[in-house]
Amino acid sequence: MNFANLFRIALKALSNNKFRGFLTMLGIIIGVGSVITMLAIGQGSKKSIQAEISEMGSNMIMVSPGAERRGGVRMSRDDVQTLKVKDFEDIRDNCKYVTLASPTVNASGQAVYGANNTPTSVYGVTQDYLDIRGYKVKDGDVFSDQDIHTSAKVCVVGQTVVDVLFPNGEEPVGKVIRFGSIPFRIVGVLESKGTNTMGQDQDDLMFVPYTTVMKRIQAVTYLQGITCSAISEEYTDQAIEEIGEILRENHKLKEGAEDDFNIRSQQELSSMMTSTSDMMSTLLAAVAAISLIVGGIGIMNIMYVSVTERTKEIGLRMSIGAKGRDILSQFLIEATLLSVAGGVIGVILGIVAAYVVKVLLSYPISISTGSIILSFVVCTVIGIFFGWYPARKASNLDPIEALRYE
Amino acid sequence: MDKEVIKLEDIKRDFKVGSEVVHALRGVSFSIMEGEFVTIMGSSGSGKSTLLNTLGCLDTPTSGEYYLDGVAVRTMNKDQRATLRNRKIGFVFQNYNLLAKTTAIENVELPLLYNPKYSKKERYDMSVEALKAVGLGDRLEHKSNQMSGGQMQRVAIARALVNNPAVILADEATGNLDTRTSFEVLVLFQKLHSEGRTIIFVTHNPEIAMYSTRTITLKDGRVISDEYNGKVLDAAEALAALPVEKE
Ligand SMILES: Nc1ncnc2c1ncn2[C@@H]1O[C@H](COP(=O)(O)OP(=O)(O)OP(=O)(O)O)[C@@H](O)[C@H]1O
Ligand SMILES: [Mg+2]
Repeated sequence: MNFANLFRIALKALSNNKFRGFLTMLGIIIGVGSVITMLAIGQGSKKSIQAEISEMGSNMIMVSPGAERRGGVRMSRDDVQTLKVKDFEDIRDNCKYVTLASPTVNASGQAVYGANNTPTSVYGVTQDYLDIRGYKVKDGDVFSDQDIHTSAKVCVVGQTVVDVLFPNGEEPVGKVIRFGSIPFRIVGVLESKGTNTMGQDQDDLMFVPYTTVMKRIQAVTYLQGITCSAISEEYTDQAIEEIGEILRENHKLKEGAEDDFNIRSQQELSSMMTSTSDMMSTLLAAVAAISLIVGGIGIMNIMYVSVTERTKEIGLRMSIGAKGRDILSQFLIEATLLSVAGGVIGVILGIVAAYVVKVLLSYPISISTGSIILSFVVCTVIGIFFGWYPARKASNLDPIEALRYE
Repeated sequence: MDKEVIKLEDIKRDFKVGSEVVHALRGVSFSIMEGEFVTIMGSSGSGKSTLLNTLGCLDTPTSGEYYLDGVAVRTMNKDQRATLRNRKIGFVFQNYNLLAKTTAIENVELPLLYNPKYSKKERYDMSVEALKAVGLGDRLEHKSNQMSGGQMQRVAIARALVNNPAVILADEATGNLDTRTSFEVLVLFQKLHSEGRTIIFVTHNPEIAMYSTRTITLKDGRVISDEYNGKVLDAAEALAALPVEKE
């Protein structure tokens, strides 16, 4: 008996019981549908986080002062004064694997222009920082090395700040605004970056030379952090090692002494942020997998009923020449058809549901071909696995007994 | 017509029921030539169905040899016997055993589906041929539940014919039919016989034996008589002589 004939017989048998077939498939439909939707949502949010991060620069490395914080002992970062300007300069000048480096010293306060004012943050940095974080200057220019050298009172402002301080569309470049009591001349305006995944407004800030913040605003001699960029993503580990060596030497740390600084790469941050969405995906997928198994048991159950109901038919088929394996294949194909058809409907419904989520809740979604292929493979396996025992039972029937069955 | 289609040598079939052994067949031997129309008679429990199952390769004897068309059946395995049934045997059952919700042509086609030799076209043509032979050429697409008992039995006979078997086996093929329809089916069997087919017909009804060429009678699992029928009655005449039923 060839496969096409068996297939036709199985199809015919299923079409004799359409509604029951549909009910049987329901478990699989719901299972596959939810797997597809859940994965689409999980993958979507993960992808958008990753996109955001890589936009920030995937080879970014952040150095912060103080030992790695563990357990409950949490020191305020501002109290730790281990990072100095020399550390930054050494990293910038001596690290082979680091292309860009900028110190960071931040302050928050009120920016004022005329009658308008807004709370905002000032980032004391070098020009490199804008490149590392992917900020571009829309109007005007970044401050110069000379400005850094002289701790000039110049700033590059983000769009949010511009919108508040210059509501009437005046040209901001060249204007002098105040931050606290210090006047800053605006030399450039940033291109808008919008909000990031965590909902932070990335345009609500001002960049000024780090020397200006250190001397004129904070009056400190230490840095809050150093932000660097490795020459490429593959070399982040080497870059981290190099930075560590320089800092340990600068800080005169003895062999075995704990670091008084902390280096983290963007990749770590990225995996930290995606791990939650990964965990959610896994959890949801597990729930969906359980419903698939329940669906499989439904198929098994209905196949058992079907074999009992059709005992006479099986007897007849055997009497006219069906071999045990013909009967086995027929019922296996039936079970597999049920589960794969359920899978197809489930995939379609899952995709539709994912789009509904996207449109109604404006969630980022991403449907991977992988998850669709996986669904089909799983459905086929479920069909064969749960169809096996009933089909086995059918093929082992004695033809005479089966024919006599009422 | 002297080819031996069936040859039984001392066939015994025992069934174990609990601790007891039931001897359904206690040594049956006979031969059937090609083109014979044999009825097997006997009281209930005499072993007729057991014998027919053996002849149809559905059951294996406990001992004895059975040759079908020259092939020894006893030593065959399940799959080989299935193939043998598919190629050499046509079954007709008392309760027709048609598939539900299935058209006449699909029912008839069934044995051919299990023979990879036939193409779709061949299957269709052969099935139409068989249905025409039983007078149902105009009922190809009728489903089994849209037909009368006599028509269903004729579909079943067409299904038994379609693979051009060496022997057609019928167990109480008229048992569920009224007198008139029984005769119609008998006419059909006589027609098939006249075309040279070998038919073995199990029945309770001694009247039917008069329309066959040979009668084997069983009792307690033994052959107690085996007679050729000198004067075979014509079923068509008998049918014509039946009083016409009132409308
Ligand atoms: N599967 C079986 N298991 C046990 N005993 C069986 C089995 N099949 C048949 N028998 C016994 O074998 C004997 C012959 O049975 P068989 O069915 O051949 O009779 P039969 O002549 O066809 O009867 P009927 O005319 O009522 O159909 C009976 O005594 C029956 O009980
Ligand atoms: Mg019987």
